[in-house]
Amino acid sequence: MAANLRFTVGAVIVAALVLLAARLIDNQYAYFAGYVVLQYIVLATAWNILGGYTGYVNFGTAAFFAIGAYGTVVLHKTTSLPLPVMIAIGGVLSGFVGLGMGYLTLRLRGTFFSIATLAMAVVVQTLITNWDFVGGSRGAYVIRPQKSPILGGNYIEYLFLLMLVLSVIAVVVARAIQHSRLGLGFASIRDDEGAAETSGVPTLRLKLIATVLSGGFMGMAGAPLPYYVTYLDPASGFSLSYAVNTIAMPLIGGTSSWLGPVIGAVLLGTLQQVATVTISSALSLLIVGVLLVLFVVAAPRGIVGWFQR
Amino acid sequence: MDVTLDLLGNAILSGLLLGGFYAAVTIGISISFGMLDIVNIAHPAFILLGSYTAYIANSMFGFDPILTSIVLLPAFYLLGMAIYTVYDLSFERRGDASIRGLAFFFGLLFITEVTLILVFGVDYRLVEAVYIGPSLHLGPLDLPLRLLVPAVVALMLIAALQVFMSQTFVGRAVKAVAQDPIALRLMAANPSRIKRIAFGLSIATCSIAGAILIIIQPVEPSIARDYIGRVFAICVMGGLGSFGGTILAAMVLGVVESLTTTIYGPSWSPAVAFGFLLLTLAVRPAGLFGRG
Repeated sequence: MAANLRFTVGAVIVAALVLLAARLIDNQYAYFAGYVVLQYIVLATAWNILGGYTGYVNFGTAAFFAIGAYGTVVLHKTTSLPLPVMIAIGGVLSGFVGLGMGYLTLRLRGTFFSIATLAMAVVVQTLITNWDFVGGSRGAYVIRPQKSPILGGNYIEYLFLLMLVLSVIAVVVARAIQHSRLGLGFASIRDDEGAAETSGVPTLRLKLIATVLSGGFMGMAGAPLPYYVTYLDPASGFSLSYAVNTIAMPLIGGTSSWLGPVIGAVLLGTLQQVATVTISSALSLLIVGVLLVLFVVAAPRGIVGWFQR
Repeated sequence: MDVTLDLLGNAILSGLLLGGFYAAVTIGISISFGMLDIVNIAHPAFILLGSYTAYIANSMFGFDPILTSIVLLPAFYLLGMAIYTVYDLSFERRGDASIRGLAFFFGLLFITEVTLILVFGVDYRLVEAVYIGPSLHLGPLDLPLRLLVPAVVALMLIAALQVFMSQTFVGRAVKAVAQDPIALRLMAANPSRIKRIAFGLSIATCSIAGAILIIIQPVEPSIARDYIGRVFAICVMGGLGSFGGTILAAMVLGVVESLTTTIYGPSWSPAVAFGFLLLTLAVRPAGLFGRG
């Protein structure tokens, strides 16, 4: 517990330094680019709770992410809740979807779960595309307020701050799990599910916990998206690049610890921001795909693996 | 809306033809996933590669797309062998095929898609051939040749594979490796070599499947994703690796999708395959026609 507390304090200090640095740069673009990198820290960490710790590959990131985002669109049209509440609701919604999804498929072999998550992304996208209230295939507009409600400054600074807080929470939770009994249970599922089951590990329950946590954080990462983009349509909300990035980042960084997804997200996220501006966005996605394949073939333990042992 | 009997009959008929085409798209997955246990989610991307090679041959030289695809079979076979060699060295030998193998194919899917976008752009591409356009008429029923020719080619492809699998030594070896690779090794055969041949065959089918895909509908790089769910839904429903089951499951899906499009509109049809898949996985993971 004491170690967790120390880590939390450390993470908050790092986050405060990041915020301070962003303030010093004082360029709107830094906030826009930084938001995306932070969003990927949350997504990659969330993916790793299920994928890295228990070994179940989720291809449906975009679905969980978009459920959070469209949850906000609905709440924005019907209520005037503050954004942090919307984020919490988005997380709960996605967590429930994760629970249902896991309940349907987690009793099967791992590959079936992966295929089913791909399937789910398309089902959810079809539902949203046919749902006129949230704009259907035409998309929905969300008007971003001008000013940040706290600490002054532009609204994008507020979004940046929220995503920073969210990434601190996600990383702290991921690290706490890794060093707990829960984490040991997850690792036993990853290494040999049959043996774990035989030794009395409640594998289904643990897998469901992992799916709910992972899905919930993905939903929370998606919830502020409508305010960030101000125009959300199914094609961009469900973009395959979210799924590719969230799988590539932990695998490149290293899946065995909380640090891997963070390293992967910061490196790949920054690289893509730079490549998108200097070259083209299609090419920056190609770089991610090539790096993913290179790393899984040549460096199976990721960047973190280089420094271990 | 009111659905007349004629409309219903036509919907079912075109669903059956569509099912024949789906069977051709899935047959490669039935080999790689069903028999070899390789989760090649990049399969639809290679099918799209087949569509684009047929498109280039057709638009630049005026070649028939199906003939082109048959000529290109060896090239796709070699591509499949090459991919399997990398996969085998990197993952199967290390006993690490699950997560990283999946990520590997996911990466290949993405690389293929983005490369196609960079080369061809996101415009829809189509081919020209004499059998695109005219229809046969049987009383109230229409048989568009655009669907009939692909369905016939698809069934011929599967029949040829079936003969190969049951009559030749290599074909029987592939079936053996699917059943028990260790026993095969004890018989002094090399499972990796057999699997490489089988995976080559599975990618070779992409050439033909891609050509008939671009005959049926115009293609653009991202439609590969729509087919991921379809092929795995059909493969799982068909009982993993059974060719007869694959054809039946493909026909069922084709008819249900066609009816959904006719009755509820085309924007709902992608969800049908995936709904089927989720339902099959949740209720009967062995497939409709599988054992157990």
